[in-house]
Amino acid sequence: MVRSRILGATGIALVLAFSAGGAYAAGDCAAGKTITDGVLTIATGNPAYFPWVIDDAPETGKGFEAAVAYEVAMRMGFDADQVAWTRTSFDQAIQPGAKDFDFNMQQYSITADREKVVDFSVPYYHAPMAVLTTQSVVDGGAAPTLSSLAGLVWGADSNTTAVPMLNELIAPAKSPLLYNDNTDVVEAMKANQIDAALFDLPTALYLGAVVLDGGVILGQFPADRSENPDRFGLLMEKGNPLKACVDDALNAMTEDGTLAGIEATWLSQNTGVPVIE
Amino acid sequence: MARLELRNVAKGFGGVPVCRDISLTVESGDMVCLIGASGSGKSTLLRCMNLLEPIDDGAIYLDGQDISEPELDPQPIRRRIGIVFQSFNLFPHMSAAENVMLAPRRVHHRDRASLLPEIQALFDRFGLADRMQHYPDQLSGGQQQRVAIIRALAMQPEIMLFDEITSALDPQLVGEVLDVLRQLKSQGMTMVLATHEMGFAREAADKVCFLHQGVIVEEGPPEQIFDAPEAPETRAFLQAVVK
Amino acid sequence: MANSGVGGGLTRRQLFERRARRRALIIASTSSLAVVLAIVLLVPLAPGWEAVKNSFFNGEVFLRTFPTLLRAFLLDMLIFAWCAPLIAIWALVIAICRDVQSPALYPLRIFATIYTDVFRGVPVILVVYLIGFGVPGLGLPRPWNSPYIWGSLALILTYSAYVAEIYRSGIESIHASQRAAAHSLGLSGADVMRFVILPQAVRRVVPANMNMLIALQKDVALLSFIGPVEIFRQAGVYKSLLANFTPYVVAAVIFLAITVPATRFADALLARQNRARS
Repeated sequence: MVRSRILGATGIALVLAFSAGGAYAAGDCAAGKTITDGVLTIATGNPAYFPWVIDDAPETGKGFEAAVAYEVAMRMGFDADQVAWTRTSFDQAIQPGAKDFDFNMQQYSITADREKVVDFSVPYYHAPMAVLTTQSVVDGGAAPTLSSLAGLVWGADSNTTAVPMLNELIAPAKSPLLYNDNTDVVEAMKANQIDAALFDLPTALYLGAVVLDGGVILGQFPADRSENPDRFGLLMEKGNPLKACVDDALNAMTEDGTLAGIEATWLSQNTGVPVIE
Repeated sequence: MARLELRNVAKGFGGVPVCRDISLTVESGDMVCLIGASGSGKSTLLRCMNLLEPIDDGAIYLDGQDISEPELDPQPIRRRIGIVFQSFNLFPHMSAAENVMLAPRRVHHRDRASLLPEIQALFDRFGLADRMQHYPDQLSGGQQQRVAIIRALAMQPEIMLFDEITSALDPQLVGEVLDVLRQLKSQGMTMVLATHEMGFAREAADKVCFLHQGVIVEEGPPEQIFDAPEAPETRAFLQAVVK
Repeated sequence: MANSGVGGGLTRRQLFERRARRRALIIASTSSLAVVLAIVLLVPLAPGWEAVKNSFFNGEVFLRTFPTLLRAFLLDMLIFAWCAPLIAIWALVIAICRDVQSPALYPLRIFATIYTDVFRGVPVILVVYLIGFGVPGLGLPRPWNSPYIWGSLALILTYSAYVAEIYRSGIESIHASQRAAAHSLGLSGADVMRFVILPQAVRRVVPANMNMLIALQKDVALLSFIGPVEIFRQAGVYKSLLANFTPYVVAAVIFLAITVPATRFADALLARQNRARS
């Protein structure tokens, strides 16, 4: 028994050594820069939401972020089986000290303030912000104009850049109510405590179609608006040497259209939402 | 008709008899002293008379009315029978005057202004005129016990019960409290005392009852009990107490 | 004057105690100083100190977020200000219900018992969610579905269960002789409770209730889960935007600035009351 267990352990070590060798051969930019040699550890949310990750299962590669993650990994020289997933909260992602992921991917908006503490990759998505509301509010006369929106009672996920955007773009008359996560925002909308909430468009579409009965996307703020464009980046520990490799991979994906293709596959339903001027 | 009469009263706690087959009459204006060792049932008997404890058997009559009837509301009866405790039991969060005025105000619906002269007079009479606004913990034991007596008297009771009211006092304070009892007696108050003050009982009592293990072993005028006790238990007790 | 005359009118005992006091003072201040020095000198030597300092004790972030957080704290104070008196009253009602003797009122007693069991057994945050989202979800019109109203109610219901138990312990701590004395004067049961038992009981549990007040002051932050942007929520927003935990430290400092003096004040009040009458 003892002997066979030792043999087994040796076998695993051999496989690991072999696959690590394969990675080094494929692309040496990332060599020795990951927290575990030969393995790319990617963090996502707990849970990870549709349509970013389908069914909270990033290892399937389904969902926009999961697909981008595997593409980035491949271009950095990691096979699919060399990708390890982990889960973190927002707070864990920004806490000081060593990280247990190589990069973290859960719709982190790139801001100058955050960049003082952590590093971001070049953007992998330009997020339009969208107004989620209910049919009864629309029936009540809400329209996709700034003046109409300012009269609503607003809610938002407190951990998102929707909060400053709400105050700067819409400047509601009543101060917004803020919540821990999407679920609570939707719950408050069901309880009629808020009229509308601001999310990135894919999240708003998902919540409006699946989670909130009678949900309506009233309008969107285009991603390429001049002030406060919301761009998602991969979050890394400050000074992570891997950043250059990740940026190279993402830039290449943008140039050859792969990124746009992934976006079209997983985030295709974004047309038809009126733009708020 | 006797003012207060106990007929074959029995009282126990958790199956342990404390008073057994007690019969006793108290005439109007009399002072009756209950003597006996600690645990002989004196205090329990007093609490039964005030209806603080329900009796198990027998009956208690107040002016011929059976007040031990279980269905009876005890509150009106208690207003007619005052009791003063060994440990004063003043309400510590109220001044002496407030202690005294609480029950007349709540029970007799008297207002403060009309009460004040009466209360003032009581405090004057018992030498506490300058202590009315003091809180219990600012008073000596003797003063507290006098306030407790005033508190009971303010309800204008027909009978007063005193449960070893000098036992918790320093010896030099006992006199001032006994003086109050003498004064009450001279005014014709009907009183029942449980006491260890044998000298006082001999001097002031109209009747003395010796209790032993929950039974009245012997009763009679003080001269008889103190000078010519018949029962051996009485003799043994008095020998031990009067050295 | 046999026991004085030694050393400027002090007795041997007084001199000894003065020496002992001085020695104790020196030892206490030396050891305190040593501990503080050790923390101040050693902690920054840790390899991660710069990162920790930047994340938690960032002066720039502190100054930038302080004014807004202070304003957000006013909301905490407000919620606290209307919850505390309502808790005091409702808890008293519950405590009295638990003490009723009359068989006709037995249902009240059962209700109060179940009430305290349930609300002490359920986490506050669950009650806040359940009442804060659940009741308005039944279809109440604005402004009656406000998270402020129902969130406050959740806090009031939960804290009343604890405070009622504190009151009850106070009621039970009043010696039976006080009840007997009050009854012997012919007072009704309700009057005995109102004038004799409760005033003493409530006074006796002031320290315990003071602890509950401080706990309440902190739990007000739980209302942020259902929307209100009070200090912790505002700190959370800053944390998210700045990727920095310093706003939480700012919030803690603001809280301490209130709770520490409040605690000291309560202690002083109690000490004075104890001196006045025991």
